[in-house]
Amino acid sequence: MAIEMEQFYDIFFEESLEGLDVMEQSLLSMNSGSETDLEIINNIFRAAHSIKGGSGTFGFTEVAEFTHVLETLLDEARDGKYTLTEESIELLLRSCDCLRNMIFALQAKESIDTEQSKELIEAFNKILDEENGGGGSAPSAELASESNASAEDDGLKNWQIVFVPEPEVLQTGNEPLRLFKELAALGELSCKAHFDKLPSCEELIADECYLSWTLELKNSDASEEEILEVFDWVIDECKLEVKAVSGETEQDVEREVESKSAEVHEEKEIPNAKEEPKQAPKPVAAKPAAPKSGGNENAGSAASASASSIRVGIDKVDNLFNLVGELVITQSMLSELGNNFDMTKLEKLSSGLEQLLQNTKEMQESVMRIRMLPISFAFNRFPRMIRDLSVKIGKKVELIIQGESTELDKTVMEKISDPLVHLVRNAIDHGIETAEERLEKGKPETGHIRLDAYHQGGNIVIEVGDDGKGLNKDAIFNKAVEKGLIERDVQLTEPEIFDLIFQPGFSTAQQVSDISGRGVGMDVVKRNIKSLGGRILIESKIDVGTTIKVHLPLTLAILDGQLVRVGEEVYVVPLLAIVESLQIKSELVNRVSGDILLYRLREDNVPIIRIYEEFGIEADNVDIDNALLVVVEGDGQKVGLLVDELLAQQQVVIKSLESNYKRVDGVSGATILGDGSVSMIIDIPGLISYSSKRSRKRSHVKAA
Amino acid sequence: MEQIEVPDQFVDNNEFQLEGIDFITNGDQYLTFTLGEENYGIDILVVSEIRGWDVPTHIPNAPAHVKGVTNLRGTIVPIVDLRTLFHLGEAEYKPTTVVIVISLTNERVDRTMGFVVDSVSDVLNADVDEVKSHSSFGGSVPPDYVDGLVNVGEDIVTLLNVEQLLSLDDDHAEH
Amino acid sequence: MAQILIVDDSASMRNMVVTTLKSAGHQVVDAPDGQAGLDKAKSGRFDAVVTDLNMPVMNGIELVKNLRNLSSYKYTPILLLTTESSMDKKAAGKEAGATGWLVKPFNPEKLISTVARVLS
Repeated sequence: MAIEMEQFYDIFFEESLEGLDVMEQSLLSMNSGSETDLEIINNIFRAAHSIKGGSGTFGFTEVAEFTHVLETLLDEARDGKYTLTEESIELLLRSCDCLRNMIFALQAKESIDTEQSKELIEAFNKILDEENGGGGSAPSAELASESNASAEDDGLKNWQIVFVPEPEVLQTGNEPLRLFKELAALGELSCKAHFDKLPSCEELIADECYLSWTLELKNSDASEEEILEVFDWVIDECKLEVKAVSGETEQDVEREVESKSAEVHEEKEIPNAKEEPKQAPKPVAAKPAAPKSGGNENAGSAASASASSIRVGIDKVDNLFNLVGELVITQSMLSELGNNFDMTKLEKLSSGLEQLLQNTKEMQESVMRIRMLPISFAFNRFPRMIRDLSVKIGKKVELIIQGESTELDKTVMEKISDPLVHLVRNAIDHGIETAEERLEKGKPETGHIRLDAYHQGGNIVIEVGDDGKGLNKDAIFNKAVEKGLIERDVQLTEPEIFDLIFQPGFSTAQQVSDISGRGVGMDVVKRNIKSLGGRILIESKIDVGTTIKVHLPLTLAILDGQLVRVGEEVYVVPLLAIVESLQIKSELVNRVSGDILLYRLREDNVPIIRIYEEFGIEADNVDIDNALLVVVEGDGQKVGLLVDELLAQQQVVIKSLESNYKRVDGVSGATILGDGSVSMIIDIPGLISYSSKRSRKRSHVKAA
Repeated sequence: MEQIEVPDQFVDNNEFQLEGIDFITNGDQYLTFTLGEENYGIDILVVSEIRGWDVPTHIPNAPAHVKGVTNLRGTIVPIVDLRTLFHLGEAEYKPTTVVIVISLTNERVDRTMGFVVDSVSDVLNADVDEVKSHSSFGGSVPPDYVDGLVNVGEDIVTLLNVEQLLSLDDDHAEH
Repeated sequence: MAQILIVDDSASMRNMVVTTLKSAGHQVVDAPDGQAGLDKAKSGRFDAVVTDLNMPVMNGIELVKNLRNLSSYKYTPILLLTTESSMDKKAAGKEAGATGWLVKPFNPEKLISTVARVLS
């Protein structure tokens, strides 16, 4: 049965890329720390070693050859023969990139570009040569010595082998009998045992070997190498002589053959006899354990099976498993109750339903946890990026990462990665001053970028902070006026001014740098975060620094919603978008340009959107006075939604309308409520733009 | 995707396939139902279930024949009233009013939708050569929606094109 | 057919070895590091153990030493998976009590025959 190697490729690629990430992080941590931790080198070595082992086995020669050189250097570093320098760390980092590219190429079934790896191999070999003064390529020399022993001769030969094992040979699980069987496969084997070292019974230790043998291998086509290979595993634990003999073998061979089997048997039985009683109770213990380990194994291999898989901790799966168990119990309890129900069991039923609710809730949370990954997956790329960037622009920057174990949904993670990169680049490029500037200001020469993540309510907050120059309010304001984004005479609060940097086309930097590629930057960041249902806030103080806080929902699959009723329909308003809910005071309502109603909310004038009108349904209350207004914010604009009633707040599971229908203006999706009915989830920014488009249309119609 | 259990003898569509004649029908069994006074049929293989009428959740600004969406075991399924779509009879909702849930997955369509009809009548066996072309007819149903006609005794059953029904292609209907 | 324990931190190698040995009719249990391997060895009874050398938590050498200290694994064949560059590790492995080794890269046939060799 041929084993199809291709089935393991995906796992190999995945684990290699993971290994490279580990390698990179370890290399970066070595760079900043002065003392080189052996465990870190071990980690790096292991990663390289695994990739080498796998690539060799799966036939990716280029990768194997390249990692071999890496491994050789790392091995020396591990053994303390070589101290990794700044230069070699740089080379190793470049090797990570190179290997990554190789693996990407393999994944895409493209041919590997070896130019980069060749250059790196040369550089590594140079280091190795310098270190060892010429004796650097030890492994290959060893290989050579192994293979030059073959003196080829085609004819059948007779061999005499003297095998004197050390007493401990049995303790490594090497039985001479097995070796003889292998030899017997190479030709006609005869055997003579020597008992001269056998001690008396009382001195005899059961698991030591006292015998030695002289073996004759006749009419064999085996080479000396092949015979030695049989003894390969015990070569250090025995005296072995192998010599070719010509013509007739010694006379007494025939007789010895008979004794052979008997002695070998005896040899074998001694240790076994001693072992037997100890083994006896074992099977009992082994039985319950076996299915458990089998289950784990299955879960493990399934989790790493496909390329776009997520690795899920076994604890999460176990937890889910337990919950399913509980659910099954509750279900069977309920169905039994249903089989012969009468009113006396009502209490039991309601407690059973309560339990079902609890089970389901826990299940939901547990399933969600499966999709959750620690944010370190997104943070991990930054050490390297900051290292490279700080070198490139000549600023000294240190990265501080906190809260990296904070978990969030995989999908959110994937989408937040690029905006975060942009924010970090921005902080280095525009936030952190040059070393000279910093020293002048009396700040430490090295700037700090801080990444932090923590949970707050149902959200995750990711902070990108710097201790740089801070945002200059006046400069931003002037720039915005210059760019025609605002009028010179408007009064803006500090957060409003800071928010201007997210306006399309805004740039505070004097020059556009290639690092954060201004102009298309921050507005895109804000848009991306908005599209994830998140918010972005800026805190900044001149010469103290800037912190950008990104608030995101933990998952895109679940939403915290406020249920509102309009007529007979129930809608879900995302809780994150709600500013406040209030009862309308008629004196605060202003009618402008005919149809548009504005509500005075402190300094703001908030346009009122009548949901019944926008969605074409009947409402209980079309009178503005005393109506309920849910003030929401979307795309930086506040609007008030006119509703009939505020219902419960609850988490809802977002379902797509588009899978069986199509996109609907003002609606981001649907959900199923507790009673099984469907409810539309209002898309606040979408509703605002839909409503304003409609009112423009209306005024056009009126004007005509 | 829902799949209905279909006895083996129904599955073999090719049995009556005649060479050179290209009918769009892909089955020879049809579920027939009434819209107002008229009889209609659809390929039984795409019918995943028949359920009673239940007021669905309104979809904002949807065309009049899209009554809303409903929850079908966790899936959000739009409900279309065929009587409104084809302007046939009164769109009344009585205890006999039913929703035929149709589910189709192929390279062009992947959808599940419910269609409101007055009542479900029967399963019609129609050989391919019994299906007449509809081109000579001008009815209230746009031609895109019609696969063919079958005479059943005194009555005519109009066979509807499932892909067109699921296409959400409103332009043809709003006439 | 035998019960075999395979210990390797690399999921792809582990998978390959497991699949290969299963195809040869063996029952295989796997573990991602030495400690996990030792735990599984203790809770089961294996006719042979195949282990990688470089692993986190507990490396292959340590695993072999620990196994040899267990009476039930005193004579069990233990194979080390090594690369040709770690010849000196072979010696360390022998010293710890490994039966033999299998040099990486190896193909499935070689793996099956080597395992068959120690099981005979």
